[in-house]
Amino acid sequence: MGVEGIGARVARKEDKRFLTGKGRYTDDMSVPGMKYAIFVRSPYAHAKIRSIDAAAARAMPGVIDVLDGKQLLADGIGNLICGWMIHSKDGSPMKMGAWRPLAHETVRYVGDAVAIVVADSIAEAKDAAEAVVVDYQELPVVTDATKALEPGQPQLHPEAPNNLIFDWQIGDPAATDKAIASAAHVTEITIQNNRLSPNPMEPRATLGIYDGGDDHYTCYTTSQNPHVARLVMSAFYNVAPENKLRVIAPDVGGGFGSKIYIYPEEIVCLWASKRTGVPVKWTSDRTEAFLTDAHGRDHLSTVKMAFDADNRIIGLKVDTTANLGAYMSLFSSAVPTYLYATLLSGQYDIPAIHANVRTVYTNTAPVDAYRGAGRPEATYLLERTMETAARELGVSPAELRRVNFIRSFPHQTPVIMNYDAGDYEASLNAAMQASDWNGFAARKAEAAKRGMKRGIGMSCYIEACGIAPSAAVGSLGAGVGLWESAEVRVNAVGTIEVLTGSHSHGQGHETTFAQLVADRFGVPIDSVNIVHGDTDKVQMGMGTYGSRSGAVGMSAVVKALDKVEAKAKKIAAHLMEADESDIVIENGELKVAGTDKAVPWFQMALAAYTAHNLPPGMEPGLKEGAFYDPANFTFPAGCYICEVEVDPETGVTKIIQFVAADDFGNIINPMIVEGQVHGGLAQGIGQALLEGVHYDPANGQLLTASYMDYAMPRADDLPSFKVSTSNTPCPNNPLGIKGCGEAGAIGSPPALINAITDAIGNNRLTMPATPQKVWAAAHAAN
Amino acid sequence: MYETHYHRASSIQDAVKLKQAAGEGKYLAGGMTLIPTMKQRLAAPTDLIDLRHVSEMRGIKVTGKTVRIAAATTHFEVASSAELAAVCPAICGLASHIGDPHVRHMGTIGGSLANNDPAADYPSAMLALDATIVTDRREIAAGDFFTGLFETALEDGELVTAITFEAPAKAAYQKFANPASRYAMAGVFVARRDNGDVRVAVTGAGSSGVFRHKGMETALSSNWSPDALANVPVDASDLLSDIHADATYRANLVKVMAKRAVAAA
Repeated sequence: MGVEGIGARVARKEDKRFLTGKGRYTDDMSVPGMKYAIFVRSPYAHAKIRSIDAAAARAMPGVIDVLDGKQLLADGIGNLICGWMIHSKDGSPMKMGAWRPLAHETVRYVGDAVAIVVADSIAEAKDAAEAVVVDYQELPVVTDATKALEPGQPQLHPEAPNNLIFDWQIGDPAATDKAIASAAHVTEITIQNNRLSPNPMEPRATLGIYDGGDDHYTCYTTSQNPHVARLVMSAFYNVAPENKLRVIAPDVGGGFGSKIYIYPEEIVCLWASKRTGVPVKWTSDRTEAFLTDAHGRDHLSTVKMAFDADNRIIGLKVDTTANLGAYMSLFSSAVPTYLYATLLSGQYDIPAIHANVRTVYTNTAPVDAYRGAGRPEATYLLERTMETAARELGVSPAELRRVNFIRSFPHQTPVIMNYDAGDYEASLNAAMQASDWNGFAARKAEAAKRGMKRGIGMSCYIEACGIAPSAAVGSLGAGVGLWESAEVRVNAVGTIEVLTGSHSHGQGHETTFAQLVADRFGVPIDSVNIVHGDTDKVQMGMGTYGSRSGAVGMSAVVKALDKVEAKAKKIAAHLMEADESDIVIENGELKVAGTDKAVPWFQMALAAYTAHNLPPGMEPGLKEGAFYDPANFTFPAGCYICEVEVDPETGVTKIIQFVAADDFGNIINPMIVEGQVHGGLAQGIGQALLEGVHYDPANGQLLTASYMDYAMPRADDLPSFKVSTSNTPCPNNPLGIKGCGEAGAIGSPPALINAITDAIGNNRLTMPATPQKVWAAAHAAN
Repeated sequence: MYETHYHRASSIQDAVKLKQAAGEGKYLAGGMTLIPTMKQRLAAPTDLIDLRHVSEMRGIKVTGKTVRIAAATTHFEVASSAELAAVCPAICGLASHIGDPHVRHMGTIGGSLANNDPAADYPSAMLALDATIVTDRREIAAGDFFTGLFETALEDGELVTAITFEAPAKAAYQKFANPASRYAMAGVFVARRDNGDVRVAVTGAGSSGVFRHKGMETALSSNWSPDALANVPVDASDLLSDIHADATYRANLVKVMAKRAVAAA
């Protein structure tokens, strides 16, 4: 592997920049003549806009202009869209209500934007925003998805009667019902998956620059996928044609999914820049982030899991209601369907599965993908059900899982997925050993002497990354393909630039992508630069989400490297008068195998560009591009074990140990993978113990709009994690990579809740398991 | 933040004069509540009178068992004072768990008391220690000082300059922190004097702010031990309910924190 090649624990190249305050984020961008935007937002969760009077605001000091939704509409700017079509089981298409970038008729959640103020300073823009008089007629509000479906509730969109967006199903209802009817035991449980706020460290920001000379737009934005942003803004929102729109996502301080989507602010700032003739910058404050960043999760499900007399699962029936908020965000429809219900087989051989999913409009912020996106919901549901079943059946949770593990691959589940490789028992055994599972009883007895309730819980997760072949996702309703692109440019002095459509917002691509090149050509990673995040530099790309940069983005790089390697060998062979099949590349040299003849890498590169002595007919230069479309999802899997102590007097849960045994396939940089697992575990533990978005059901006001009320995990909430990996390489991509970005957040919540319910002897517990809830559950009958 | 005018006071007298001359002026000590509130545009004082450079408002003085803490003394200074720890370690422990290191190096005891946040820590200590709040014009017993949520007996323009108290024989503070803000969701300060008098003051839980719990005081007066509290009822009807903790749970926490405080004292 070499000291910097594949598998090496290389320190991150980008860390110097980030740790010394030299990162360049969207809010750091400044251009001549730039002005500042503040959005006027609805203080009501549901209201008609009778009128907007901005005359006084326009006259205030420093104000360039105040623009509203009627002007936006008149200029032909389109609605925001959801890019994944789902059909209900009756064949009807999903009911997408209009989402205007600036509402001009109706506001549907607190924070809905109604106008933009552009001024010389943020303070002046804020002053003017307060002077914009919006006459609202308040309407009744509904925030809970189950309630929104009931008759007589407030209606959000005329397109969606009863607030129902779609009523979708997957699997075989008849076979599943039959299995349940014939079962020796059926475990039934209601599962709630709490609504989360994404909270990236960097809030969203955008800088819209219109150049009247060229009729050209530049959009700096906090995006995980700048090319998709350009495509959508061009094709659907009518902001500008693609060749007149450059989107740049510079350093981005975390996304967790929330920066996949196109939000109103990018569109409106670009449009406002043209209207005002000045560059317009907007940066979200933290309260705006809580109000308007797409939230995650918010599912309520009922589950029936049927077992035969040998404790084998023979059927699984799931009914889920998913809250999508006030509008359908870009990929909101895919999350509770193809990213969720397709994972309901888990690690288990289940012959019959049926899931029904209803998605619902409510007067809350839009809900979309958040780290894991559908897979945490599936995993939490399954793994809490498995733990509950084990308790009901009187078997150990590990044994129940062993009995039901899938053991031969490929394995076709009843819910689309075809698992390619895995060894679930290896992860289970590794986690049980690392946690000293067998010594738990003694530890529990010791804790009891101190008056503490000790519990242990496990979770065997599987997820799907990549995401999938473009034709496959297209057939399922996706509006885009899910391939990735790469270009490898070897400079005349042998240094290398890798252009990728993946986008790094914390993942460490500048290091790991360079490691691929170092591994291939034996050049130092310092001679390799990774270029990403700019639609003028990288032709096209699909961006980073769904743990796809390794499995798909790097695979595209590998394909481009193959082409570079082939041409480099031809040049070297020509220079050394050898056969190209005899050329090997080692330690930065192209050698003739079995001889002492060699050409240094830089000399070969120089030869490519001087073109004085190339093979006959060969074009000068050394630059190759490739597109890679995955052949399948990848399937990371693993086993997590959590051990807790609950203080019965206060309900405080202390995590004693947390073990993660993951199978990510091959690994490029173990240190970065461990960092991803640690971060994912922190987020999953945050969901399970601390985090929860609360709206006031009476008026739709967000009660958790700051860190005073929204509890994020802190370092002292977390134990020192015990992580390990095993490896069944993915057979469907050239590097054998599965992806590791989301696993921690997917696998950890059920392990933790299973441990707490084990400790307190009461299975009725919802996330976040706050001290109050745990205390109440510990003192209530099961 | 709206426009405001900054003044640096050089003495207590100067501060009071500046305040009188200002329109809607505010005293500024550590600013740990006032500045964020102003940044959120929820407060708009025309003038800020900075007290941090008034030397007579800083420092801790211990004379025998008599403690005087000047109002602009930071939480860090209280937490790390060896003199104070020698006579009343409980108040040092309390200060050491306010906010985070940044807050503790900026926030002040006088600012905390004048603000009287119902989840602040210091009010419980003042009440349990039977402290005196010294202002530019008078002395106010702690029992008369805290009058409601964010409400105090301070008159318009009145400036807290110091607090004084007699160190107790035993005292301790136990706080159950809100998981999000880490302010007290229930904080209990217990103190027993040399003469056997016991005071139990509760912060973070009361719907009208900090309060003394007479039932627990009576029980502990006759038996200073955690077990003495076992059968003392804590009435939930006067306690706060919010998304983090309902009144029933807070009542439980008050009891548990009180027991732990007695055990720690």
